[in-house]
Amino acid sequence: MNIVRILFSFIVFPGFIFSAVIGLFLTWIDRKVTARIHWRVGPPWFQPYADFLKLLLKETIIPEGSSKVLFFLGPLLGVVSMSILAVMLFSMNFNPASSYVGDLIVIIYLLALAPIGIIIGGSASKNPLASVGASREMTQYFAYELPFLFALAIVILKAGGNIKFGEIILAQEATGPFLYSLSGVIAAVVILLSTQAKLSFVPFDIPEAEQEIMAGPYIEYSGVALAMYKVTRAMMFFTLPLFLISLVWGGFANWWAILKFLLIIVLIILIKNTNPRLRIDQALKFFWIGIGILSILGLVLAFYGL
Amino acid sequence: MGNAKLWGLKKSPWVFHVAAAPCNNCDIEILDILTPRWDVERFGIVLVGSPRHADALLVTGVLNRKNLPRVLEVYRQTPKPCLVIAIGACACHPNIFQPSYNVIGPYDKYIPVDVYIPGCPPKPEAIILGVVKALQRL
Ligand code: SF4
Repeated sequence: MNIVRILFSFIVFPGFIFSAVIGLFLTWIDRKVTARIHWRVGPPWFQPYADFLKLLLKETIIPEGSSKVLFFLGPLLGVVSMSILAVMLFSMNFNPASSYVGDLIVIIYLLALAPIGIIIGGSASKNPLASVGASREMTQYFAYELPFLFALAIVILKAGGNIKFGEIILAQEATGPFLYSLSGVIAAVVILLSTQAKLSFVPFDIPEAEQEIMAGPYIEYSGVALAMYKVTRAMMFFTLPLFLISLVWGGFANWWAILKFLLIIVLIILIKNTNPRLRIDQALKFFWIGIGILSILGLVLAFYGL
Repeated sequence: MGNAKLWGLKKSPWVFHVAAAPCNNCDIEILDILTPRWDVERFGIVLVGSPRHADALLVTGVLNRKNLPRVLEVYRQTPKPCLVIAIGACACHPNIFQPSYNVIGPYDKYIPVDVYIPGCPPKPEAIILGVVKALQRL
């Protein structure tokens, strides 16, 4: 019985199927809002599902001379890690008691698995552009991860040095969301920008820069494997804003959370549509110097309880 | 299963642009139909940068000895099922370039072409009509 429940939560709700369906719908919102900003009509609501279905039923080509196991391991890693992340976020928000010591660390590693999957897939596909994309993905990962960890440290400090995810949410219920303080705002901004980079949205779409290196790590992917990458991206678009809400905006176990969620999504889409792409060295400077110093400042402020 | 496949393919044809020695005018018209004015994303058509992602190849230009191996390679790399759409008078027939030593005839000698869109260059409306016809043929 228990096994069935666990499998259900991983595969159907809130794991793979639920977050994939919602995530694909969010990518439609993204495309539609982008189209409206361009003064276009934009695709119909079922567009991402049609894309997904088409990719699932198409031929999958494995490039000659590539490493077959790693070529498929790459996309699989992302899907699995994002499903687990969705399950953890939901169980910890609706049942904070199910939290255990250090689950925040587990989440950090789960978040790291998605870019690692992209790097593995890109390097396994034996294409020069894919290798360039994979190396950029790696550099970008190191760029945004540093301020991201500082921002998490701010949150942990504000929750009284607790690295239990449930405790962070309970602490916000007791004292109000962390967002309503100076260091909380800084943490939110830093996590939002890292989210943008984790999603590889403009201005941080450097790894897959369409005009320079086509699709970067995805260039050799077709059919099911490409569909898995697309769905990983969609699931990240669903789970990362939820992660942001539960860290600094008081969790999402209430109806207000839907509004907060949509606000964050639209903010991300607007940032995406009003910025040019950075170069990889500029992104590194931006995250390590600009945002890095900001997050350290936030850490100091949080230390003094501001 | 077959129906789902067809529906998916019809609703989201991603196109890859194969410029095989055109005068570049047809390519400009192809870019035109992606602009907000014609906005083919309404029909799910997206321009992709890699033939691996493509469902339809838009070929433009005169086929010649130099670019035939390239075109065949791109066709081989595209996952099937895929459509081939020949855009422009050049792609339909070598017409004025016929007597040239380098020109080796129309595309359908070498790869199966699904639809021809004549015009020098064809109007964006004509290209959209051609793509619709190609999708109906499926
Ligand atoms: S059909 Fe006309 S416009 Fe198109 S490539 Fe040929 S010459 Fe240029």
